[in-house]
Amino acid sequence: MRHTHGTRAIRWLLCGLALACVGTLLVIPLVAVFVNALSAGVSTYLGNVTHPETVSAIKLTLLTAGVAVPLNAAFGVVAAWLIAKFEFPGKNVLLTLIDLPFSVSPVVSGLLFVLLFGRQGWFGPWLSDHDIRVIFAVPGIVLATLFVTFPFVAREVLALLQTQDSNAEEAALTLGASGWQMFWHVTLPKAKWSILYGTILCNARAMGEFGAVSVVSGHIRGLTNTMPLHVEILYNEYNFAGAFATASVLALLAVVTLALKRVVEWRSAR
Amino acid sequence: MSVIVKGLTKHFSPGAAPAIADVSFEAPSGGITALLGPSGAGKSTVLRAIAGLETVDSGSVAIEGRDCSRVRVQDRNVGFVFQNYALFEHMTIAENIGFGLRIRRRSRREIAERVAELLNLIQLSDLGRRYPSELSGGQRQRVAFARALAVEPRVLLLDEPFGALDVKVRVELREWLHRLHEEIKITTLLVTHDQTDAFEVAEHVVVLFDGKVAQAGAPHDIYDQPSTARLAQFIGGANMLKSDAHADQAQMTSLGVAMPAGHVSGQRVHVLVRPHDLRLTRSTQEAPDLNLGEILHLRRVGGYVKATVRLSNGDHVAVECPKSEIDDLGIVQGDSVLVDVRAAKVFIEDYSI
Repeated sequence: MRHTHGTRAIRWLLCGLALACVGTLLVIPLVAVFVNALSAGVSTYLGNVTHPETVSAIKLTLLTAGVAVPLNAAFGVVAAWLIAKFEFPGKNVLLTLIDLPFSVSPVVSGLLFVLLFGRQGWFGPWLSDHDIRVIFAVPGIVLATLFVTFPFVAREVLALLQTQDSNAEEAALTLGASGWQMFWHVTLPKAKWSILYGTILCNARAMGEFGAVSVVSGHIRGLTNTMPLHVEILYNEYNFAGAFATASVLALLAVVTLALKRVVEWRSAR
Repeated sequence: MSVIVKGLTKHFSPGAAPAIADVSFEAPSGGITALLGPSGAGKSTVLRAIAGLETVDSGSVAIEGRDCSRVRVQDRNVGFVFQNYALFEHMTIAENIGFGLRIRRRSRREIAERVAELLNLIQLSDLGRRYPSELSGGQRQRVAFARALAVEPRVLLLDEPFGALDVKVRVELREWLHRLHEEIKITTLLVTHDQTDAFEVAEHVVVLFDGKVAQAGAPHDIYDQPSTARLAQFIGGANMLKSDAHADQAQMTSLGVAMPAGHVSGQRVHVLVRPHDLRLTRSTQEAPDLNLGEILHLRRVGGYVKATVRLSNGDHVAVECPKSEIDDLGIVQGDSVLVDVRAAKVFIEDYSI
């Protein structure tokens, strides 16, 4: 009995420690964001949130995520499918490329796009001849976000497809299903939850990405400022209430995303 | 309605030993043919090649006299049942069974009727709305059978269909399959590593070793007339004893065993003796010590007794006999006994386990 008593004490101690860490590192900062945002009163907060520049930043962030997430979801599913089910030359190269955005610093990724599409970049002259702006404009921000959030869905779906055998797919084939019907009726439903899970992670990162977007954005207020960039600008201007108000919207989006993730995890575990 | 396989050869990686090499056999129409062999013998590869799920380097597959070498999986019209059931987990049982018909764009009514008919056939009429995860292993495998049969395939291909089930369910499902086949005489190929599966269900058995056909024929022929010593060992327990060949027979205790053609007199040969072809009797003083043995172990298995006997030359043999026989003789562990051979088969090839 003494022995089990001892382990129970240790269990409580460890749980307490873990909760303390989570509290200090995660919960308190999150609460602080909202406390600071609301410190000057609700009307100031609403004023800050509905400020045209903040609204424009929110819109741009949603637009960026709205373009990047579906594209990467589609690409991720196709890439995972190819890698899990087929042998082809260059498969390992593709696998490495998928991981590249994870291993390269986001700032370097951003710089990469400047080197490609900037005025002095490879495609710079051609782009300016045709009056297309990529860098310091919305296309650059979307491209950088696409690149950085590239691996999420692919990795998530690949992990699922690689652990499952292809017997159900093969059964569908012997029952007369075409390749497309097999994918639609068997593989996609099987991978449904991991696709959704990967998409949610991808979305969280797309909305929160700072480094790569910062390099290509040019920080033009009301035009090329995403929410994370806007928070930084306001903060550097000592407009703490404004910075925290914007940050609170971003945090709210993150909380919604995480809540969605919990729901997906709960549903997929059933 | 037969399946004819000719010269199937497949390498999984270049340079390595072939997974299957020049496999040829014929599965008679309307019967059950078992592909029997140890794991890694290439049985499943042959079956998958027949289905079109596996490409081959060379060789051909003909189903119902039609060459299928260039026919896609989808168009071969085969029913395939996997060891792990491979049901569509997100579909109900009824949807699983109706999948092939849905793909064929049959009317809702036709699908519903056929599904009901098949649910009845597999005795799961009440479970059509359940999901696979709510069913037991045996039930799931019956659903897999129904799903495969729904599209009225020309052949039924079963890849270790009882492999994932526990012994009791395995026996039940085996008997169920046998009865099912009596009802619908569909040409069936059954891949198994379990000789009981093969011998109880199939009327034709193809034994595969190392990607090659070792022997094909009726189950009792393979059991009684195994072509090689290795095959004899694989099919049913067997004792392999050494003996010397004489003019035309090898002497095994009181039994003279006929020698196969091509032997040399005085040559060492291997003699196969099934455990149930050995008979134990009480040793007497007058008996020659040639066939004297000592009981090392005695195990009672149901109505049978399995004994291990050490012969005077040091060989160990396994003996199986009815319990009553041992009881009548009053033999216990450690006793000296006489071992008599009732039937045996001689192999002159080199043999080593």
